[in-house]
Amino acid sequence: NSRGASALLKDSIPIAEFSASGLFEGHDLLRRGFTSVKNELLPSHPLELSEKNFQLNQDKTNFDTLRNIQGLHAPLKLQMEFRAVKQVQRLPFLHSSNIALDTLRGNDECISFEDILNDPSQSEVMGEPHMMMEYKLGLL
Amino acid sequence: PRPASLLALCCRNSLLEAELVQKGQRLPAPRKTGTTIAGVVYKDGVVLGADTRATEGMIVADKNCSKIHFISPNIYCCGAGTAADTEMTTQMISSNLELHSLSTGRLPRVVTANRMLKQMLFRYQGYIGASLVLGGVDVTGPHLYSIYPHGSTDKLPYVTMGSGSLAAMAVFEDKYKQDMEEEEAKQLVRDAIAAGIYNDLGSGSNIDICVISKNKLDFLRPYDVANRKGERYGRYKCEKGTTAVLTENVALLEIEVVDETVQTMDTS
Repeated sequence: NSRGASALLKDSIPIAEFSASGLFEGHDLLRRGFTSVKNELLPSHPLELSEKNFQLNQDKTNFDTLRNIQGLHAPLKLQMEFRAVKQVQRLPFLHSSNIALDTLRGNDECISFEDILNDPSQSEVMGEPHMMMEYKLGLL
Repeated sequence: PRPASLLALCCRNSLLEAELVQKGQRLPAPRKTGTTIAGVVYKDGVVLGADTRATEGMIVADKNCSKIHFISPNIYCCGAGTAADTEMTTQMISSNLELHSLSTGRLPRVVTANRMLKQMLFRYQGYIGASLVLGGVDVTGPHLYSIYPHGSTDKLPYVTMGSGSLAAMAVFEDKYKQDMEEEEAKQLVRDAIAAGIYNDLGSGSNIDICVISKNKLDFLRPYDVANRKGERYGRYKCEKGTTAVLTENVALLEIEVVDETVQTMDTS
């Protein structure tokens, strides 16, 4: 059933992390195990795809409902605000709080697993600041 | 980006499991609360009851764990299923409900907690193994809900969940009446949980009861100790002198100072 199989494939294949050097060091052996095509293509958990796209799907549903109730202008204006607010970010190696985006979405009054588990401000790894700045400015 | 890195650990877990199965061993079993939890609506409010045994496979992991979780001052929730899932889920919903009630400026309603729980459990498609009995009193009156791991909910006057739910439901079906008094309701819930404790291996130890009504909240832990540990009748220690001492030899240990270092603290 090729249609069913293609629905199960991941929609994007991750590229090795930036600060990799050496023959196998781009691939985290301890956490991901040995490289295999199956691991790259198929999701490792049935909920992986639905969770990865959860925020996108929620936004889409909310915009559709808003369009049905108030007309086309309402989601258009909101999407414009979203886009404007997403541009305000910190330097590439620091994570930004996205406070305006959260307020627009209504997530400022919600706590979910993204806030408790795997908080990026408490991550043990960090990108190399100089390399990431050079990449962003196109000097690399 | 967050869920992707969490689920990368699933790859590792499946590899580990495949290796262990090859050697004939199993992954460690998560701690579950094979449980009896029950709730009943009476004249002025709700009475929630739970047993206190937590199991890890065939072993009792906790003889006196608390299964009635706080959601808000007027809403409490009993949890059955995987212990970590029920704890974390109820804590998150409690936080969300607090933020929500600060935003609306009103006392939270039981139906709000129900809606939040069912939306979260449905989002995770049953992978969060939490079966809950949610009860409380708000401006609209007393309410009691049962929530299943996949996200379906029922609103009923009396509910039971957990492995001992059939035993407890049998007691409810026999003795439940509408508009009971508080003492009657407490006795009924106590009997239902006791039925679960005696007839189900996954439930045991004590009975906890929580009575919620408009003007008061009683958290009775334990309400009844159904299973008492046996008491020892005699002293099993041997007195000094039971065994005759034939010879005695005292040897002093020689300890000499080999090396002494003083390290000053860096207070600059």
